[in-house]
Amino acid sequence: MTQATLLQQILDYANRADPYPLYAELRRTPVTRQEGGVYAVSTYWEITGLLHDPRISSDARNRAPQAGAGPLPVVPQEETDLPPSFIGLDPPEHDRLRRLAMRPFGPPHTPRRVHDMRAELTRTVSGLIDAFQGRSEVDIVDDFAYPFPVTVICRLLGVPREDEARFHIWAEAVVAALDPDPVEGAPDRARAARRARSELGLYLAGLAEERRRAPGDDLLSAMTSGHGPEERLSPVEVVTTAVLLLIAGHETTVNLIANGVLTLLRHPEELKRLRDEPGLAVPLVEELLRYEPPVQLLPQRTAVADIDIAGTTIPRGAPIWLVVASGSRDPRRFADPDRFLPERPDNQHLGFGGGVHYCFGAPLARLEAQIALTELARRLGEPRLVEDPPPYRRNPVLRGPRHLRVAFDTLAR
Amino acid sequence: MAADGAAEVFRRRGHAVVVGASLAGLRAAETLREEGFTGTLTMIGDEPRDPYDRPPLSKQVLLGRVPADGTELPRRRALDARWRLGVAAAGLDLAGRRVRLADGEEVAFDRLLIATGARARPWFRESEAALDGVFVLRTADDAARLTRRLAAGPRRVLVVGAGFTGSEIASACRERGLEVTVAERGPAPLVGALGGVVGAVAARLQRDHGVDLRCGVTVTALEGDLAGRLRRAHLSDGAALDVDVAVIGLGAIRNTEWLTGSGLAAGPRGVACDAGCRAFDVHGIVTDDVFVAGDVARSPHPLFGYQFLSLEHWGNAVAQAEVAAHNMISSGLDRRPHLWLPAFWSAQFGVNVKSVGVPPLGDELVVTQGALAENRFVAAYGFQGRFIAAVAFDQGRWLDFYRGLIESAAPFPPAFTNLDRRTDGTRPVPADFPDPSLPTHGPTVTLSGYSPSERRLRFTPAPA
Repeated sequence: MTQATLLQQILDYANRADPYPLYAELRRTPVTRQEGGVYAVSTYWEITGLLHDPRISSDARNRAPQAGAGPLPVVPQEETDLPPSFIGLDPPEHDRLRRLAMRPFGPPHTPRRVHDMRAELTRTVSGLIDAFQGRSEVDIVDDFAYPFPVTVICRLLGVPREDEARFHIWAEAVVAALDPDPVEGAPDRARAARRARSELGLYLAGLAEERRRAPGDDLLSAMTSGHGPEERLSPVEVVTTAVLLLIAGHETTVNLIANGVLTLLRHPEELKRLRDEPGLAVPLVEELLRYEPPVQLLPQRTAVADIDIAGTTIPRGAPIWLVVASGSRDPRRFADPDRFLPERPDNQHLGFGGGVHYCFGAPLARLEAQIALTELARRLGEPRLVEDPPPYRRNPVLRGPRHLRVAFDTLAR
Repeated sequence: MAADGAAEVFRRRGHAVVVGASLAGLRAAETLREEGFTGTLTMIGDEPRDPYDRPPLSKQVLLGRVPADGTELPRRRALDARWRLGVAAAGLDLAGRRVRLADGEEVAFDRLLIATGARARPWFRESEAALDGVFVLRTADDAARLTRRLAAGPRRVLVVGAGFTGSEIASACRERGLEVTVAERGPAPLVGALGGVVGAVAARLQRDHGVDLRCGVTVTALEGDLAGRLRRAHLSDGAALDVDVAVIGLGAIRNTEWLTGSGLAAGPRGVACDAGCRAFDVHGIVTDDVFVAGDVARSPHPLFGYQFLSLEHWGNAVAQAEVAAHNMISSGLDRRPHLWLPAFWSAQFGVNVKSVGVPPLGDELVVTQGALAENRFVAAYGFQGRFIAAVAFDQGRWLDFYRGLIESAAPFPPAFTNLDRRTDGTRPVPADFPDPSLPTHGPTVTLSGYSPSERRLRFTPAPA
């Protein structure tokens, strides 16, 4: 079996429910050149090395023009007329935009923002679980794991929750283009994504203008008001940043929570422990980020110089895929990597990436998942999976169940 | 096999004594238990408190965000130890394997770990040091006293010495809105640790934040009023400053006096030990049952010409303590070398400073990312054509990459292009250390491997 077919298998929807044996095979060669000139990196130390390597660009404009030819197309960062957001930019532009976006969200300027959301997050979770009353089966994705983070990101950004139906379609189209599977209409997906991102941008530009005139305590208001002429986002930058945060805030956490419920129902003894000791949620979510990460691979990096690594030279201009879900199961880094061990020591997983692009929303995602899983564990009596494995979303990059049917006997208050 | 047997017997029912109950001592004790030590364990510390963390003392504590007694170190596990806190070790009987405490008690050991750390260097004139308003900052009590005084709103604070502690204190004072003068003997702040090029950035940061920074001067006298309160400071350039608080930031003194006459190679620069943390005696012979870790240790580092390095770094204390503890209960080839690459951080004037490697060994410097003028950059230090260190201002997330370059003795100046095109083509400049006492040509040593058990060293002798 060649490596190229191995990567094809990973992308193949048929293997979405359990890609981990394929990752194990991929790790036999830490850095491999795939068909189409993509370099796949699958081992922990090589991935962390490249995450901190200033010769690796996140800007698709650094890709060699010929790269991406072949059966594995390279999906440009954000196919759109809008300029890239900071996830698709390098320093110093990236640093400036991220710093300004961080101002109203975290340290050093707003260190308590996420902490202060705890009560509101708990209320939202309680409300969603209260709505399970009178039912014996729910879809954890549609009834819980999706609406929860969407409500949170809307509130945080200052986007009306009732517009969800509109931007959900756009967001789905944008992340569908992250799917590198060439079998089904990649060019169509790319076109649709471009259109969707523009429309989402227009929508958010309108909101930003409203917030500029009548600011609230949300991020859009903070980003439009700025702090002096040198340290402020331009109107276009506000839009690209808001698009990024809205999509990232509602296409990733849903998978973290759904993967978490699935994992706990497959490990009932850990579910019981979580019910008895809620403090376990903190290390448990870290282990979840290692064991079933919502982002499986980072397909957007490019070498800007020849890089010698693990016996291979990645040439300048070559696309690089960092298979973080594989790195987090590397037995050279984690003992017994295929076991779910909530109290695993020294758990420096790759679930949030690393380096300057380390997940912007990580503190919020952690808190959301901790609260969501703790409350579900506490309130659902005798929960069990209706089907295992559940049906998965198509996307191999942002991987998670499309539906997760869970039956239960009682609902605690 | 006899040695193996001894280690095994010790592991099961030996008596380990740890002198020094701060970061290194605590982490060593935890590692002993973690790795299966089931004998008795005694922890001796001169401060009457549970082990606490010191870096916040010059930052969050001075700003009043965290109380001085609120930095207790998190515990990794239960220790099942006998604690003797609030009493200093006063002597060591190497032949009799006993530690003598200041209260006269003697504690017998089978194996000993010395982790007594360092203390603040006091102002050199005792009568002036005793003035009300003259402070040092090392312990939680120091921090409590100084924070109280800063909160009372002194008219002007004088910081003597612009090393890391002094600079952080000045930063906290400015954040509290206090007038502050910094007097530094060298040409710039941090110059001893980071050199003149980066020191100039630190100087600009201080001045931009309203610090009255005076370089190239020393404080010659502190003057008090009749009630014994600090009133004025005199500088070597003839200036006199009205101040009611002076913080002495003149570095640290290693706590080795209690070892005088013990037969160990202990002195003002620390306790010499091998790379496996075993103490040397005065003959230069390595001891079997006495180990050293943390600020008080001096050990040879292969990557840096086998020079004996004393590192006052938080990360070094942890890493060295773990190696020392591991080696206390291991023998022969199971023992590990302490190959930690020096690294430290600081937070001052809104900037996060991080360093990896040993910058003072550098003879040249290249700004590889960012720009000095923006206070956001990575500066790489080269020594005889290879990477020896890197310092980041608000760019700390890149330093793991430079760590790899230092460990692999990558050629300097760097030949690669990177993301930050502004720095393309920048030529190396002298790193501008005040006293470049550079070692001569030695072997090239590189590190490989990741986990502690697989870290290996490759030694390439210098051509004859």
